[in-house]
Amino acid sequence: MTNMVTVADNPIDCYLRVDRIPHIWCAGCGIGPATGCFIRAIHRTGLDPDKIALVSGIGCTGRVAGYVKLDSFHTTHGRALPFATGLKLGNPDLNPVVFSGDGDLIAIGGNHLIHSARRNIDMTVICINNFNYGMTGGQMGPTTPLDARSTTSPYGNFEYPFNVPYLVAASGATYVARWTVLHLRQLERSIAEALTKPGFSFIEVISPCPTVYGRMNKLPRGLDEMRSYQQRSVIRNGADPKDADIALDGPIVVGKFVDIERPTFWDMCKQMLDRAGMQKKP
Amino acid sequence: MSEDGILCGEFFMNGDVACAEGAISAGCTVFAGYPITPATEVSERMSERLPQVGGIYIQMEDEIASMNAVLGASWAGVKAMTATSGPGFSLMMENLGLGVMLETPCVLVNIQRAGPSTGLPTMVAQGDMMQARWGSHGSYEIIALAPSSPQEIFELTITAFNLSEKYRVPVLIMSDEAVGHMSEKVVIPRVAPEELASRRRPNVAPERYLPYEPDEDLIPPMAIAGEGYRFHVTGLTHNERGYPEMTAEAQDRLVRRLVDKIRLNRKDIIRYEEVGVEDADVIVCAYGITTRIARHAVQQARDEGIRAGLLRLITAWPFAEERIRELAPQVKAFVVPEINYGQMVLEVERCAGKARTLLVPHMGGDVHLPQTILEAIREAVQ
Repeated sequence: MTNMVTVADNPIDCYLRVDRIPHIWCAGCGIGPATGCFIRAIHRTGLDPDKIALVSGIGCTGRVAGYVKLDSFHTTHGRALPFATGLKLGNPDLNPVVFSGDGDLIAIGGNHLIHSARRNIDMTVICINNFNYGMTGGQMGPTTPLDARSTTSPYGNFEYPFNVPYLVAASGATYVARWTVLHLRQLERSIAEALTKPGFSFIEVISPCPTVYGRMNKLPRGLDEMRSYQQRSVIRNGADPKDADIALDGPIVVGKFVDIERPTFWDMCKQMLDRAGMQKKP
Repeated sequence: MSEDGILCGEFFMNGDVACAEGAISAGCTVFAGYPITPATEVSERMSERLPQVGGIYIQMEDEIASMNAVLGASWAGVKAMTATSGPGFSLMMENLGLGVMLETPCVLVNIQRAGPSTGLPTMVAQGDMMQARWGSHGSYEIIALAPSSPQEIFELTITAFNLSEKYRVPVLIMSDEAVGHMSEKVVIPRVAPEELASRRRPNVAPERYLPYEPDEDLIPPMAIAGEGYRFHVTGLTHNERGYPEMTAEAQDRLVRRLVDKIRLNRKDIIRYEEVGVEDADVIVCAYGITTRIARHAVQQARDEGIRAGLLRLITAWPFAEERIRELAPQVKAFVVPEINYGQMVLEVERCAGKARTLLVPHMGGDVHLPQTILEAIREAVQ
């Protein structure tokens, strides 16, 4: 007897638009595994998926919005955060999740990132960092390590990159973590924590991009890049985010860096209304 | 003020404040903005008033964020607005396009100031009229209204919300610094619920809902986030299901509908006012603050025995081209005064047939003198 397992048996299929599979991501890309962690995390939390609104910007990671069976918005480049902010303002019962890439969130959307963290608006951000612009063919960006090659840094990148957890923590985020896509269990647990934690939660996910970034940096196969990230990862929960810089070949500090309490945007809004003698409707 | 926080009565207020009150009367509960002269008073008023009606004001980090927050709020099911001017209007253009593509009801107010660039921040112009029409990339149609008084900006703000909800398109209020900053009597009536439009909602079960399957009027019913429809929307060219479809055929089907839903309904959308056009030899076509000066010039021309009339555009976009074409055969000329170096005049010209079209440009900083427009009227009938 052959033991038959059908796709329909997968308990997380209900969170996927299976009619849109196959997806566009390359073999060896980390966005798929990260998306898997995300939907398993929803499943794990028991949150009502109808109240989760997923917002993406533009780029490879921006396509996540098109594959999850949630209310999902594929917006413009860099603007997922303010769009998600609007969703939350319009309906505070919604649980907005921004799922986008490093170019989208850190470069063109960088201003929105620091201000969303500053407001401590209640949402979860999952940022796939593959160190380059994948969809446009592998250009350098604000997360590209020094000396890394890309199609627009053919002699090696000479711009200092952002230390993303440090930036977001300094801006006011109340939950900051970083994992690679090889830390599936930790990443899933982290996303579940972030989804259920009030305030601005941010998870950076280090992801291979073998097709462009890996190929240009002596890691030509997906497995090469994954092995590199696995070997370089150092789990340090509670580490000071300022020590989380990523160099081209250096260690990658991963873990949960920040998990603090701070009144959210809505808490502060309610306090203001109380002081002003007004009741808040939503 | 009534118990629910909505104003009712007679007030002395400026156009920016009247605009904010129009939004409150229309049921707007989210305002996202960024301070910019001369639109700041709209934001200030909304920050004071929205908490009184259970709404929320948020000051975003820039105008790009403001426009996006408004779109997000609309998808959460509320009426949302932003207000800006010159440079801020430019920054909003990209995501105005997203609003058009996702078919998102919302209102964007532009209290126009003189440009280019920083220009004259505190002084009037009407230089963004073509940007209103064409400012975002790609082919689309937009609705833009041009109020000429604080009273009218109050009323047109309600109209703007109604049109945006009905046609699922961002609606622009193309006002100007003079209207925004002038204070006049504004009568605020009690707006009955039946005078306020709301987007059509889906009446099928979530599993059968197609976000971009239009009804006969080309407008698709709109689900909102959080209600279990689990819909997907994208700024990419998409099919009825809302899924990306990268083909020339899908592009044709979608963009044609986005344009046609406005063009084919333009009789319902276009509003204008006419004064003495029946026997006119020359018609002054104007909008916004400029109509108030044009009115004087037309009256002075009549006093001189010139048969002059006024066509006041209330809807700037879509353009009242049928009306211009109807009037064209009877007149010698159209005179188009505007506070720019020739924008809406191009529209008049293309519809004017054998009638002449005379632009009366004014670069901005202040308004036309009636005399300047009168001289153009005289020239037009010679």
